[in-house]
Amino acid sequence: MTAGTLTLLSGESGRDHLAFAAAGVWTAENAAALESLIDAATRPNLPARTVALDTEKIERLDSFGAWLIERALRTWNGQGLEAKLIGLNENFQSLFDKVQAGTQQLSAPPKKPNSIIATLESVGRTMSAVFDDLVLLAQMVGSVIVAFFRVLRHPSRFRFTSMVNHIERVGWHALPIILLITLLIGAILAQQGIFHFRKFGADIYVVDMVGVLVLRELAVLIVCIMVAGRSGSSYTAEIGAMKMREEIDALRTMGFDPIEVLILPRILAIVIAVPILTLFGALAALYGGGLVAWLYGGIAPEVFMSRLREAISIESFKVGMWKAPFMALVIGIVACVEGLQVKGSAESLGERTTNSVVKAIFLVIVLDGLFAMFFASIGL
Amino acid sequence: MAKASEPVIQVKDVVVELNSNRILDGITLDVYRGEILGFVGASGAGKSVLTRTIVGLLPKQAGKIEVFGTNLDGLDEDERRNIERRWGILFQQGALFSSLTVGQNVEFPMLEYLDLSPRLMTEMAITKLEMVGLKPDVYRKYPSELSGGMIKRVALARALALDPEILFLDEPTSGLDPISAHEFDQLILTLQRASQMAIFMVTHDLDSLYATCDRIAVLLNGKIGVVGNIDVMLASEEPWLKSYFHGARARVGQQGKQ
Repeated sequence: MTAGTLTLLSGESGRDHLAFAAAGVWTAENAAALESLIDAATRPNLPARTVALDTEKIERLDSFGAWLIERALRTWNGQGLEAKLIGLNENFQSLFDKVQAGTQQLSAPPKKPNSIIATLESVGRTMSAVFDDLVLLAQMVGSVIVAFFRVLRHPSRFRFTSMVNHIERVGWHALPIILLITLLIGAILAQQGIFHFRKFGADIYVVDMVGVLVLRELAVLIVCIMVAGRSGSSYTAEIGAMKMREEIDALRTMGFDPIEVLILPRILAIVIAVPILTLFGALAALYGGGLVAWLYGGIAPEVFMSRLREAISIESFKVGMWKAPFMALVIGIVACVEGLQVKGSAESLGERTTNSVVKAIFLVIVLDGLFAMFFASIGL
Repeated sequence: MAKASEPVIQVKDVVVELNSNRILDGITLDVYRGEILGFVGASGAGKSVLTRTIVGLLPKQAGKIEVFGTNLDGLDEDERRNIERRWGILFQQGALFSSLTVGQNVEFPMLEYLDLSPRLMTEMAITKLEMVGLKPDVYRKYPSELSGGMIKRVALARALALDPEILFLDEPTSGLDPISAHEFDQLILTLQRASQMAIFMVTHDLDSLYATCDRIAVLLNGKIGVVGNIDVMLASEEPWLKSYFHGARARVGQQGKQ
């Protein structure tokens, strides 16, 4: 079969009439070449008043070819010519009718505002989104507290199994990676400390540094960042997917409160699991620090332990542990708020999951700063 | 309309197991150029599984599938692309790309396989959308802004984007109102007459079976039970077929037909 062609049959009639003949295969494969033929044939100011397009020799026609023919006819008509289609094989007639029925009337795209206004608009929208976010977070905290007290009054309504399941996923399954990471952080901290403190002959103060830093700040921060990345994201994705598939609407119509059924168990689970992880994380970090102090710094374990006892108090430990549940609450709330804002598309799910992790980590660090000021002012 | 010409799909003794459950137990079925083959069977009997196996989404344990006379096993990437370019698939839920607009969804296969000018591509996308009964303005919308029926139509427009020679339809009329479903059947007939396209249609819609199908294949217990036109189906003594074609809903459908 030959490729599609369009030839001008010249001299067939007088000067007022042009006749074109289309032949060959008018299908998608040849569409690009055919389009330029059609463009040439429909160029403005044709020296004619009537045009005829003979399609008898077309061997194969699909919607691409049919549209190109139709486009030629429309262009000719638009130029004030009298265009005529002749010899269309009746096999192609129904397809051609279908294509011909199309109006192609696409309304103009919305106008783009100029770039300065667009930038200002996007800044404004971002700012208002920040405030909206704060409002949504406050609303979620409120709803969770209300759900919590409702459940306290009717304990039988509490999804205990669901909470235990989430504790297992957030806490137990995260334990190996938390232990490994905090162990490494403790070890690195001790190594760096010894390396620099040795210059002043102050090796032994590494124990103070590791002890205080780990218990007050590092253990809880590392655990929270891990949990935000690991469990916060999965909360958002789970709730978002349920939102997409109308599961949350289904719950609502059956008279369940999604906050009570889905969100409260998740938030309680994370609030319970994070302090436990923080405790184990702190122990692992101290262990890692002690190990490096012994192997790299030559501080014997007994010396490390007795120095540690002098350096840290129960207060340092309490400061770290006090922060853990609040940070966990922030991670859980942010994750659930983001999850509930997922719209229909897969893209929106991905965007919300990213937002969830970024916002949770940011807020955890902000909260850590607030706690630092608070504990400093009460002298801890 | 059925021509005893060349088969475009030949399925021979295909066995498919999912989680060690034997879903398809030796399926043999031919689909000829220019025919509409309806594929029916009970819910969960494996109708969609056969479709997915033919298009290569599920592995088969035994048997042979030939499309356009080419065995689909052991094709290299280019050969496979050449085959895939010549079929279109309408998934049950539409399977539109949610991050692309409707227009981009329809243009997606054209962009991949054809070298068209942007103008022609837009015009073709709109043509396809209008062919499936949508207004050109849906071109700029996102799938999440559409109703279920419209999603189906856009998905059909995407399946038709390259004017395929084989069209797989997985429950095409489910989710459409009866008027749209009827229009959809007519649309399929029109398209098929013009382009000699073979259509493999999994459906439960009796009206579609009456209105469009040249032949009907029935999946029973993992095998092709009966194949034939609608008269063969109506005459069959097979118990499942009897209740399928002579049940309460079927009678209403037939009356509507007469």
